[in-house]
Amino acid sequence: MSGELELKLRDRLAKLKRLHLPGAGISDEVRRIEQQLEKMDSGDERDEDEIWRSVEFARHPERPYTLDYIERLIGDWIELHGDRARMDDPAVVSGLGSFAGRTVAVIGHQKGRGDAVQRVKRNFGMSNPEGYRKAMRVMDIANRHGFPVITFVDTPGAYPGVAAEQHGQGGALAASQAAMARLTVPAVACVIGEGGSGGAIAFALANRVLMQQFAIYSVISPEGCASILWRDAGQARKAAAAFRPDAVHCLELGVIDSIIPEPKNGAHSDYDEAAKLLGSSLRATLDELKKMSGKDLRRDRRDRFRSHGVFAS
Amino acid sequence: MAGRIDVSIEHKNSPPEPGGSKKHPNTCPKCNSHYRDDELAANLRVCAQCDYHFPVGALERIEQLLDDGSFIEEAADLRSADPLGFFDLRSYKERIAEAELKTGLGDAMLMGQGKIEGLDFQLTVMDFSFMAGSMGSVVGEKFVRACERAIERKVPLISVNASGGARMQEGILSLMQVPKTVCAVENMRDAGIPFISVLTHPTTAGLLASFATLGDITIAEPGTLMCFTGPRVVQQTVREDLPDDFGLAESNFRFGHLDAIVRRRELKPTLAKLLRLFGHVG
Repeated sequence: MSGELELKLRDRLAKLKRLHLPGAGISDEVRRIEQQLEKMDSGDERDEDEIWRSVEFARHPERPYTLDYIERLIGDWIELHGDRARMDDPAVVSGLGSFAGRTVAVIGHQKGRGDAVQRVKRNFGMSNPEGYRKAMRVMDIANRHGFPVITFVDTPGAYPGVAAEQHGQGGALAASQAAMARLTVPAVACVIGEGGSGGAIAFALANRVLMQQFAIYSVISPEGCASILWRDAGQARKAAAAFRPDAVHCLELGVIDSIIPEPKNGAHSDYDEAAKLLGSSLRATLDELKKMSGKDLRRDRRDRFRSHGVFAS
Repeated sequence: MAGRIDVSIEHKNSPPEPGGSKKHPNTCPKCNSHYRDDELAANLRVCAQCDYHFPVGALERIEQLLDDGSFIEEAADLRSADPLGFFDLRSYKERIAEAELKTGLGDAMLMGQGKIEGLDFQLTVMDFSFMAGSMGSVVGEKFVRACERAIERKVPLISVNASGGARMQEGILSLMQVPKTVCAVENMRDAGIPFISVLTHPTTAGLLASFATLGDITIAEPGTLMCFTGPRVVQQTVREDLPDDFGLAESNFRFGHLDAIVRRRELKPTLAKLLRLFGHVG
């Protein structure tokens, strides 16, 4: 398979060298392909299999979900339901509880486990706008009462449905981020499974973004990317290797602040151990944010996101 | 010159291509009326027969909306890098080079200062023909700088949007442009700067989940597709017929997501009115 890729790259290289396009760094591209070919020769390119393992672990049907962590980490938990306008969205869980000696608000995507009925009930963790509006309501409570906000991100994406669109899915995702941008309490996001695109980012505009070792975080699903760019959803492995949704890459790009280790065989192999590791990262992160004033927290959060992006000028 | 619309987000009811061949860009896809370039330009690229709004590129949009010669471009030198060394069937670098050649633009957004009826404001305009108007690091950065300049200059921001969403060739960094631009809008809000968002066909996905829906005022041109998920994907998910106006501005207006639908020839006067009403800032 890599032989095929190598041939393609060499072919491309030859074409680029023949082509003299003005403007955008074609010579850089030539250099990049040459480097990639060198790497292939030395065989140290990050393995497609390794990245795909993260994708599989992140979507593992036995992977612990938001409520599994809440059960193990949050005391005095009380779930708060409903968006006060239309409905309660079961794909999002929100509520109050105690963590590390203080009251916190917890918000997360929730997938159903086991039979189809359970999974459909939670809509596979794909929220409607009402779910994000419920979350915003709880964020508002947290902000007024000084409770830190902890979010658990685990969704394939916002739900692609007719009613979801009619009720303003895009606007709800934007509004949820805006609500997080306004918080004057500490906000910590943990990507615990699939950090899928807009649905994920709605809960991830936090002071610190943590990510579990085998979670993924991406702008589009590997299948979605493959079907658009390769015109073939079957090329998902290849697509994942191209945009690298794994935690190591997200850390390299500065998109997340730290990687939370998982049990050796993945979070699904030992819920208690996974929760312990997640809890200690969360505690340390909240401690670090404790000293900051509300105004500084808000500034810090917006500055954190201001710096994202790579461009030339 | 406006490019063809990416089929992946094209409205499901758009008429089929006759004989499978591409229509001439000056032929109305709704009623088949055909126009010379100058006729179409004179009518703001709107079909005189059926009022279909043809796509408008960023430069032509500026010409249509702004007082003559009032546009001063800023951050013009920003160019996409290729942080992932992204390579699908073709390389990202090659796709950018091609888009630059095709559109004569540096990326999918122009940013700068402008005036309408003498009223000063900051402006961003997107161009769908540059890689489907997708938002990568350059578009995100230009929009944020527009917000910062609006705050600095104490003038309103108008953004004219047209985008398929995030630019997946920049991977997770393109997703990060979403919260990045949201934060910039919040800063603007704190500073009391008015923000008018104009949605034009199509404005979808990552754009709707970020600044495009956060305007103090949000208006759209008729027929604008403005959905978070495109009709094709929704149809594959729900496996039933979609409403005829699924995701269109008209449907969004009925459900309360738009302040107004404004026809193109009313756009400039409407923006002038809003600029007058919001008055001087600061």
